[in-house]
Amino acid sequence: MLVSYNWLKDYVDLNGVSPEALADKITKAGIEVEHVHAMSEGVKNIAVGHVVSCEQHPNADKLNLCQVDLGDETVQIVCGAPNVAKGQKVPVAKVGARLPGNIKIKRSKLRGETSNGMICSLSELGVDAKLVPKEFADGIYVFEEDAVVGENALSYLNLDDHVLELDILPNSAHCLNMIGVAYEVAAILNKDVDLPRVLVNETPMPAESKIRVNIEAKDAVPYYGARVIENINVKPSPQWLQNRLIAAGIRPISNIVDITNYVMLEYGQPLHAFDYERFGSDRVLVRHANDGEMITTLDDEERTLTTSDVVITNGIDPVAVAGVMGGVNSEVSSETRTVLLESAIFDALTVRKTASRLQMRTDASSRYEKKGIDRNRVAEAADRAAELIQTIAGGDVLSGIVEDGVRTVSPQVIKMPWQKVNDVLGTDLAPDTILSILSRLNFQAELNGDTLHASIPIRRPDVTIPEDLVEEVGRIYGYDHVPATLPEGPSTQGTLTAYQRKRRRVHRYFEGQGLQQAITYSLTTGKKASELRINNQGASGSVQLAMPMSEERSTLRMSIVPQLIEVVQYHLNRQMGDVKLYEIGKIFIANEEKNDLPIEREHVAGIFTGSREERIWEGQPLLVDYYTVKGVLEGLFNQLDVLSSISFKPAKRDGLHPGRTADIYLNNKVIGYLGQLHPNVQKANDLQDTFVFECDLQSVLNVDMGAITYKALPRYPSITRDIALVVKEDVKAGELYDVIRTAGGSLLNDIQLFDVYQGEHLEEGQKSLAFSLKYLDPERTLTDKEINQTHEDILNACQDKLGAVLRG
Amino acid sequence: MQEKLQALKNEAKDLIQGARDLKTLQDLRVKYLGKKGPITEVLRGMGKLSKEERPVIGQLANDVRASIQEAIDGKQGILENEAIEARLASETIDVTLPGRISSPGNHHPLTAVIEEIEDFFIGLGFSIAEGPEVEKDYYNFEALNLPKDHPARDMQDSFYITEELLLRTHTSPVQARTMEKHKGKGPVKVICPGKVYRRDTDDATHSHQFMQIEGLYVDKNVRLSDLKGILTAFAKKMFGEERQIRLRPSFFPFTEPSVEMDISCFHCNGEGCSVCKRTGWIEILGSGMVHPNVLEMSGFDSKEYTGFAFGMGPERIAMLKYGIDDIRHFYTNDTRFLKQFKRA
Repeated sequence: MLVSYNWLKDYVDLNGVSPEALADKITKAGIEVEHVHAMSEGVKNIAVGHVVSCEQHPNADKLNLCQVDLGDETVQIVCGAPNVAKGQKVPVAKVGARLPGNIKIKRSKLRGETSNGMICSLSELGVDAKLVPKEFADGIYVFEEDAVVGENALSYLNLDDHVLELDILPNSAHCLNMIGVAYEVAAILNKDVDLPRVLVNETPMPAESKIRVNIEAKDAVPYYGARVIENINVKPSPQWLQNRLIAAGIRPISNIVDITNYVMLEYGQPLHAFDYERFGSDRVLVRHANDGEMITTLDDEERTLTTSDVVITNGIDPVAVAGVMGGVNSEVSSETRTVLLESAIFDALTVRKTASRLQMRTDASSRYEKKGIDRNRVAEAADRAAELIQTIAGGDVLSGIVEDGVRTVSPQVIKMPWQKVNDVLGTDLAPDTILSILSRLNFQAELNGDTLHASIPIRRPDVTIPEDLVEEVGRIYGYDHVPATLPEGPSTQGTLTAYQRKRRRVHRYFEGQGLQQAITYSLTTGKKASELRINNQGASGSVQLAMPMSEERSTLRMSIVPQLIEVVQYHLNRQMGDVKLYEIGKIFIANEEKNDLPIEREHVAGIFTGSREERIWEGQPLLVDYYTVKGVLEGLFNQLDVLSSISFKPAKRDGLHPGRTADIYLNNKVIGYLGQLHPNVQKANDLQDTFVFECDLQSVLNVDMGAITYKALPRYPSITRDIALVVKEDVKAGELYDVIRTAGGSLLNDIQLFDVYQGEHLEEGQKSLAFSLKYLDPERTLTDKEINQTHEDILNACQDKLGAVLRG
Repeated sequence: MQEKLQALKNEAKDLIQGARDLKTLQDLRVKYLGKKGPITEVLRGMGKLSKEERPVIGQLANDVRASIQEAIDGKQGILENEAIEARLASETIDVTLPGRISSPGNHHPLTAVIEEIEDFFIGLGFSIAEGPEVEKDYYNFEALNLPKDHPARDMQDSFYITEELLLRTHTSPVQARTMEKHKGKGPVKVICPGKVYRRDTDDATHSHQFMQIEGLYVDKNVRLSDLKGILTAFAKKMFGEERQIRLRPSFFPFTEPSVEMDISCFHCNGEGCSVCKRTGWIEILGSGMVHPNVLEMSGFDSKEYTGFAFGMGPERIAMLKYGIDDIRHFYTNDTRFLKQFKRA
C-alpha cells in the first residue's frame, strides 16, 4: 500500500511529524514501512510556464521554438514534444534545474537556436511512465488553466509529497485504505481522526425506477448496492485527483474510473462503474457463473468461468467477474452519460479462488481477499463516490441505493480479564492505561469488575480473540517498553540425546580425518535419485514431487553419493583434483501407502579422490585408494566401539568397480558399502580414480553399547608369536582372520597383519600373509607349552580350512 | 721414586690433554691405569719399600692415579660432547619445510551456526527435537493455525508430493509433534533445526532448500517479556555483547502477538550502513506468543498454558555474520569456501 503523506494530512494532524519519523513510528507499531519515497528526489527548480508563442523551428521539422513566460522573464525554449501549443501552462525546468538521473539543465543551442530550459513530460520529472495519463504519455504535461505562472510546478504536481510504502500482512489489511491508515496513525500519535463528511444531493427520481438488484449467490455475496447517476460528463480528472492516484501508484484514466479508484483507496471499498446504457437491462443479478460461461474482461482477455466464480449479470449475460474485474461490454467510455455504480461485499475466499485461477490479481480483488474493507462503510463509499462524481463530472444522482443483502453487521465484543494483557506481555499496565490505549484505537472498551469488554470496530476483522486484543495494546504501548525478563518456571536439564551426541562425534571424527563437510540438495533427478543406493533390492521406489519446478529437482534422493559426485566434478572443472568430502543427511524411500510418510533414514556418505596428503615434498604423492577409505571407516567404527560387530565382504554393485567393492555388515545386516567408482562411471563423468562410501548412520548410532565398565589391566605379560602363511591368492585376508580368531580361542588377545607378499620365492598364484599373534591370560602367566599348543591349533585350522602352509 | 711418579703424572696429563678422540683416551686409560700400567707396578712393588717410605709413596701413587683418572674422565666428557655435537650437526634438517600432516577438514558453516545456536539453548535447558522432512499437510499447516483455505499456504509455494504430503516448508511441524508428545503437560522447551523446502527459484538470495532453526517454550506463565529476555541474551551471544534488540509487531499465523526481532547493526553499531540498509537495525528472526489455537490443537489448555516460539534462518545468520553474498555458496560446497569457516 502506497500512502501519500500529503493526502494523509486530510485526516490526521501531522504537524511536527516528518515523513521519515512517521514511517519509523508506523513500523514500530507493527506495519513495516519498507520505503519512504520523496517524489521530488533529484528534481529542483521547475516552474509553471506559459507558452506565449509556439512556432516551427527554422531548421528542424519536429522542433518548435516556444517563447515561455516564467513570471519574472520570458525565455526561448526549443521543444520537440508533439503536443506543445500556444497558450498552454507547462512545467519548465529552468536553466540550472535538476531532473532525475542526475540531469542538469543548461542553456544550449539546438540546430542553431538557443534553448533556455526544457518543457517537461511527467516521466522526465520522475513519474513512473506506467502512471502517466494517456493524454500526456507521448508529450509534455499541461496544467489546468488556473495554474499561476512562475510558481513552483512541483507543488502543482504534488511532487513535493512523500510516499510511504507499507508492507501489508494478513493482520494489517485494515491499512489497505487511507481511512484505515488514518485510524492507525491517529492511534500511534494519539490524535483524532477527521473523516470526510459525505454529502450527496439526490434528485427526486428514485434509482429503483432504473434498476433492480437481486443476489442469487447469497453464500458468496452478503451485500450488493447500486446507485444510478445520470447526465455525467466523462473527461480527464482534475489535477488534484490525478496527483493522488499517481502518488498511490494508479494511472489516471478518466474522471469516473478515477473516482472509483480514489474511493477504493480512501475507503478500501472496491467500486465498479458500469455504463448504464450498455448494461443491457434494468436488472442486476448476482449469481454463480455457469460452467464454461465466457466473459471478456476490461484487459481484453476472454475468460472462461466455472461454477465457483461469481458474476454480476444483467439478468442474462455476465457483465463483471465479482470482486475482480468488469467486462468490456459495459465499460465506461467518453460517451457514457449514465453510470450504474456498484458497491458490494464479496466473500474473500470466493474472490481469491477466482482471481488465483484466472491469474488476475487486481487492486479490488486483493482488498476482498485480504478483508481490507470496512464492511459497514459499503454504503458510505457509494455515497462518497456519488458526491465526487457530482462535483467533478456533473450529473444527477438518483435517490437511494438499490440494494440486496445486509448492509451493516454488528461489532463483535471480546471479553477477557484485563490482567491477561500483563500476563501475556509481562508488563504491569494499569487498567486505565489499557482502556486509554484501546480508546486511541477507537475501540469501545470498558471494565466490568475484572473483565474487560471491548467492542471491535468492523474495519478490524483481524481482531477476533483476546490475544489479538493483547497485541493491540502491546503494539501501541510499544514493545520497547516491555521489560526483558527470564522465565520463572521450573528449570529443565538441556541436553543432546545419545544419538545427537554420537552424531556430533561422527562429524568431528571425519573432520579430523581431513574430510570437508558438504551439504547438498535432497532433490535431484529421477535417475540420480536411485543410483548407488545401499538397499537396491525390492520394489520400494522414489518419492517424486507432484509439480516439480524442473526435472533437475524432481525427486527425493535415495542415496547421497551421486550428489557428492557432482561436487567432485565441480572441483575437477576448477583444477582442484584433491577432494575429500563427507555428508550426513536424510534419504527418502516411498511408502507403499502413498499418503503415508516416506521412510527417512539418516545416512553418512563420503567421497575421496586425488592424493592422500595435501602437501608432499618427498617423492611421489600417495593417491587415495580403497584402503584409505576403509581405514577411515574402520577408525569410525572403532571410535564408536562397534568395530567388533562390523565386517566387510566383497560385493558387486552397479556403478562400482566389481573387484574393489565391499558391503559393510553390522552383524548380519548390510548397512552400507564402500568401493571405487566403476571405471566406466569415472570415464562418463570425467573423473579420476574416485572412492566412495555410504552407510546407514542410524543403524550404527543406534547400537546400544551400554555403559563403559572398567576392566582390570593385565598383571601378567603377554607373549607375541609371528606366523607366516602361504595361501592361494584368492583367499581373503578376512577369511584368515576369522579362522585364526576362532582357533585361537580366549588366549589369543590380538591379531596384527604385518606383511602381504606375492612374487619371487613363491609359486605362481600363491601369496604369503604374515601375522603377529598376541597371547594373554589376564589371570596367570602362560606357559610355553600352552602357547605352542594354541599356535599349533591355529596353524592346523588354517591348513584344514584354507589350505594354508607355513612359509618356510 | 717420587720424581718418577711426578714425571709419570705430567707425561700422562700431557698425553691426555692431547688426545683427539675417545679411542686414544681409552688407550691412555689402559696404558696408565690398567693392570699392567706403571702405577699398578709401583703399588705392586710397595713391599720392597721401607716401613717409613711405604705410606708416603702409597699415598703419592694413589694421588697420581686419582689425578690421571680425573684428567681422563674430564677429557672423556669433553670428547663425548664434541662427538654428540658433531653428530647433531650432521643431523640438521630444514625445520621450515612443511610438516607431514594431513590438513583436518572442517564442518560446514551452517553446521557451525546451528551447533552454536543449539549449544546456547541447551545451556538454557532446551532439548533438540528433530522430525521428518517430508511432512503431513496437517502438521505443516493445519496444526499451526493454517487451515486449508489460508492464503499463506498456496500450492504454488510448497513442494507437494500428494494432496496430504509435502516437503516441510518450515520446522514448525516438529514443534507441533513435540507438543503432542507432551500430552498437554509442560514445560516444553525445544529447539528444532533442520532442512526446509520452498518453491523458490535459486538465486543469490533464494534457495529451494535451506535450513531453519526454531525454538518453542510452553509452560505456565510464559510471557512476551521472557521471550525478550532470552532473545536479548541470544543476540549478544551470536553477534556480540554490545548488541541491542528491538521487537517489532508482525504477523505469523501460529503466534499472537507476533513480533519480529531486529538487532542493532553490528557493522555500523546502529549508525546506518549498507548492511542494515541505513536503518541501524537488522532483521534476524520472527517470533511471538504461541497462538491459542496451536496450543489447543496440540493438546494444551490455552487457559492454563502460554508459550513463545521463534524461528530463524541459519543461512541468513551466517551470511550476516561472515559477510557471505550468495546463498548458493552453501550448497555448491566449493572447498575453498568451506575451508574459510574452520574457526567457526
